[in-house]
Amino acid sequence: MHATKARAAVDTAIGIADLRFAYPDGVQALRGVDLTIANGEKVALLGPNGAGKTTLLLHLNGILRGKGDIRIMGRRLNNGNLKHFRAQVGLVFENPDDQLFSPTVFDDVAFGPIHMGLPKDEVLERVRLALAQVGMAGFEERLPHHLSLGQKKRIAIATVLSMSPAILALDEPFSSLDPSARRELIHLLQALPQTMIVSTHHIPLIRHLFPRTVVMDDGRVVADGETEAILADAALLEAHGLEIF
Amino acid sequence: MSIGVRFIERYQAGSSLVHSADARLKLLLTVAYIFAVTLTPVGHWLAFGLLAAPLAIAAAASRLPALLILRRSALALPFIVVAVPLLFTKEGDTLFTLQPFGWTASEEGLTAVLTILTKSWLSVVAAVVLTATTPALELLRAMRALGVPRILVATVSFMYRYLFVIADEAQRLLRARDSRSARLEGRRCGGSVWWRARVLGHMVGSLFLRSYERSERVYAAMQARGYDGEMRFLRDSVWRLTEIVVAVALVLYVTGVQVYARY
Repeated sequence: MHATKARAAVDTAIGIADLRFAYPDGVQALRGVDLTIANGEKVALLGPNGAGKTTLLLHLNGILRGKGDIRIMGRRLNNGNLKHFRAQVGLVFENPDDQLFSPTVFDDVAFGPIHMGLPKDEVLERVRLALAQVGMAGFEERLPHHLSLGQKKRIAIATVLSMSPAILALDEPFSSLDPSARRELIHLLQALPQTMIVSTHHIPLIRHLFPRTVVMDDGRVVADGETEAILADAALLEAHGLEIF
Repeated sequence: MSIGVRFIERYQAGSSLVHSADARLKLLLTVAYIFAVTLTPVGHWLAFGLLAAPLAIAAAASRLPALLILRRSALALPFIVVAVPLLFTKEGDTLFTLQPFGWTASEEGLTAVLTILTKSWLSVVAAVVLTATTPALELLRAMRALGVPRILVATVSFMYRYLFVIADEAQRLLRARDSRSARLEGRRCGGSVWWRARVLGHMVGSLFLRSYERSERVYAAMQARGYDGEMRFLRDSVWRLTEIVVAVALVLYVTGVQVYARY
């Protein structure tokens, strides 16, 4: 029993138990979310607008603090150790213009490593690696606001890869991308080894990328299972304002 | 969530008499009141007391929490700082001398400072009661109805509309920064003060640029719908007799206090 528990702790990347959160204006965004994601799993988070997907992702590195239990890589998140988890969970926001606030691509990708207090050579090395991983090597001195949306999204992912996170939490990474930029992003996500939780509306993409799908609606997890099984359940999808086309 | 709504919105919903009064009336009376307070002679404490009375009645009738009014009226505090030098520069009967500098405070100076404080505080409280009992949109309509130049009204209305957007944008930027502000075990984190200041500066700059670009897009979208500088509203309200009576009575009262204070 003890052995199983210890093993489970190591194998579990994200463990959420009965997470509840209300915004100050009284909107109850999460009404008791339970979710366990194993190390190395790639999970799609599906749900209509306002289901609580973004709110849930903002809890993974403690930007929002709800009631309930959150464990990342077996360690419980509390007010004292929040900053530790920001290196472990790379959170990529929906709009890359929010994520990219520095004057050059280099400054943005280097922000995390510099803040962590890493020595200069290591910062340079991490930036180089992160940009190479997203296929944007050579863009260091470019201005983020002059890049295309697809490029911005990849830079945004590089800004967290440079912090070597164990988990990537991506909020709507495919929104507003044209088909070719979307394809490039899919290849990139397939190639990355991290545990992944990705919120999206884009059902056709889920099949390619994610073996497991979690459906949220109205602040709750309403379905959780194999992607094929969930996408085959037309009644479930329709009941939660999602459809395959 | 929107921080904007919490920090910018001044209106406190309510159903009191003051809340339901015509916005034009409230705006007109507030402006008249502030004029009267400003014109009251220096050191005429009885006049200030008489002027404070209708404001206190309005504040009580609005059923706003007293603490809220007091907290917001702290806006008047900076005026004291500006007024304090008067204490030493006005000539008159010596009150005390500030030793190391040899500055002499006069009784006339003290009266002047207290008068400025009273005037600014009464004016700010009047404005607080107005903004807390009138939705911003009503206030804008009232401004237009009372003939405030449309460019001013349009500017204020856009500020009101987009402050929320910009505050939310600022919040998202801060969240993105916090998400990447990590600590490694056994390492000093945070970077240098200079580096952090630079990052913050860039964030402010990018916020400005985005707001500016957004304004161009908003303007284009408005022109596409035939905007010509005038905001038109559907609802036109009529003056009610009781409101006119109240308005005339209050203006007469305030004028009476002025006449009394001067002659």
